[in-house]
Amino acid sequence: MTPNDDPGAARANLSLAERAWRIRRHALRMGEVQGQGYIAQALGISDVLAVSYFHALNHRPEDPAWEGRDRFLLSIGHYAIALYAALIEAGVLPEDELDSYGSDDSRLPMSGMAAYTPGMEITGGSLGQGLSVAVGMALGLKRKRSRSFVYTLFSDGELDEGSVWEAAMSAGSWKLDNLIGIVDVNNMQADGPSRGVLNFEPLLPKFEAFGWHAQRVDGNDIEALVAAFDAARNLDEPRPRIIICDTKMAKGVPFLEARERNHFLRVEPDEWAQALDVLEAGRP
Amino acid sequence: MRRSKYERPVREPAPEGGRAKTSAMIASIAGPDQRTKPAPFGEALATLAQSRPQIVGMTADLSKYTDLHVFAKAHPDRFYQMGMAEQLLMGAAAGMAREGFQPFVTTYAVFASRRAYDFICMAIAEENLDVKIVCALPGLTTGYGPSHQATEDLAIFRGLPNMTIIDPCDAHEIEQATVAIADHPGPVYMRLLRGHVPLVLDEYGYRFELGKAKVLRDGRDCMIVSTGLMTMGALEAATLLARDGVDVGVTHVPTIKPLDEATLLEVAGRTGRLMVVAENHTIVGGLGEAVAGVLLRAGVIPAAFKQIALPDAFLDAGALPTLHDRYGISTPKVVERVRGWLG
Repeated sequence: MTPNDDPGAARANLSLAERAWRIRRHALRMGEVQGQGYIAQALGISDVLAVSYFHALNHRPEDPAWEGRDRFLLSIGHYAIALYAALIEAGVLPEDELDSYGSDDSRLPMSGMAAYTPGMEITGGSLGQGLSVAVGMALGLKRKRSRSFVYTLFSDGELDEGSVWEAAMSAGSWKLDNLIGIVDVNNMQADGPSRGVLNFEPLLPKFEAFGWHAQRVDGNDIEALVAAFDAARNLDEPRPRIIICDTKMAKGVPFLEARERNHFLRVEPDEWAQALDVLEAGRP
Repeated sequence: MRRSKYERPVREPAPEGGRAKTSAMIASIAGPDQRTKPAPFGEALATLAQSRPQIVGMTADLSKYTDLHVFAKAHPDRFYQMGMAEQLLMGAAAGMAREGFQPFVTTYAVFASRRAYDFICMAIAEENLDVKIVCALPGLTTGYGPSHQATEDLAIFRGLPNMTIIDPCDAHEIEQATVAIADHPGPVYMRLLRGHVPLVLDEYGYRFELGKAKVLRDGRDCMIVSTGLMTMGALEAATLLARDGVDVGVTHVPTIKPLDEATLLEVAGRTGRLMVVAENHTIVGGLGEAVAGVLLRAGVIPAAFKQIALPDAFLDAGALPTLHDRYGISTPKVVERVRGWLG
């Protein structure tokens, strides 16, 4: 069983744009298995995941529990489809498991859980928990004198949860310079546009006020992301780091980008082929 | 239970020499003549941690009131003050456990069971992480009212898969249980008696074993199956009733989950005696209902089955002795009720 349909791709010298494109394609193919789901989020966050797994993270695909790895926590459980796509692309998961997404007895459940999937560090899904767990892991890594980072991906919708701000205050208070938060601001949650559901802006000064080094970037601009991740990693200040990523829901498939309420997308059977075609046309 | 706040209580005229003083501020459950030991949990944990570097202590602004300050003083670099943020506390404890440490986490039972439940459920229990949650003010051990009285914590945690639940009786047992839960991998919720904690069970040659119920004394007429501080009351009641020729036994059940079903069935199988389950907890969802379920499922029916527990209500504020009497869990009330049931 090869870990990828394109032998050697996991280690090939592909550009980050190509990685992001391939992550999008894996995600679309998983979405097609169920015919609906969190496709728009996955397409939106693919550039961030490409930069995370192919530029920033220190990890070993063949040994996802390697003690020296940087941890990547997915707080947003329903973004599992996106993380599976990235883990497939990274060679942690075999590509031929992709068609089991969300099915009985699959290692790829709809909402990400640590016990199910190699490379899945925590069980997300009860939104607002990931950053608290990250604080504990960052403290634990410091106790072990480890140089690993803890990355935590959470969403703008999760900013509604009070526990996120407990954790944000704690990370600032403990000066956790090994903690890198990534917020996906796609301005869409279950009941509609996030800023309308509960306005979290201005976000950057909030994190700064909590003692974080804060950056805000276009989360679909790979060069900007690389610069932001480099700055976060290399910063020589005793502060946690946040990268606020403004992303576009369904990025890369314009007819899905245009759908107004795309938190949970229903895509007609014939539209999947169309979506893959559109993606193919935009291949870098 | 409570009167309208607009109705002023009628107070009897003060007797000569003044009223007896009552206070909701006195937190100790120890009687004036009881032998006690200070901070048994904090002392036991501090000692244990000397040989176990993976132990860390974490709290949400309640180290002083959960005896964790003793550990903090002995091992300052292993103590994590997380602030008054119980959800963060539980999430961070999960993170610590993921990195190979064994966190002992303290707060009040109300805050763990109510406010932080989802974090305990999803970040700790679902992943079977090695986190010990040790909580003060279980059941009716404070006179502050429902904000501080965790009368339903056992019911809440009993429903949680993977969770081991301990309700120790005295200082002797707290010390032993602290070591035992550290030896047990996986999440544990332990109810805590703090401060000057009574010493009772050492007189019975008792040793705590996780998952084991123990018969402390046998009795012909009645068997009280009890947990937590109610075992103290049950033993006192049995001594008092023996003076009147009523033979009462006591079985102590410190592990609420998993229950020692074999011992319970054996104790309940003895024909012709009353079985009373006594607990410092609401009558809903605690030890009493758990035992009833075990017996019914096995088809073992005692001569009679009664519960001594707190009512299904938000309880009054006031002094603990007053409240224990009012809600029927004080020793004189246990004596009175057992005598009444025996007829």
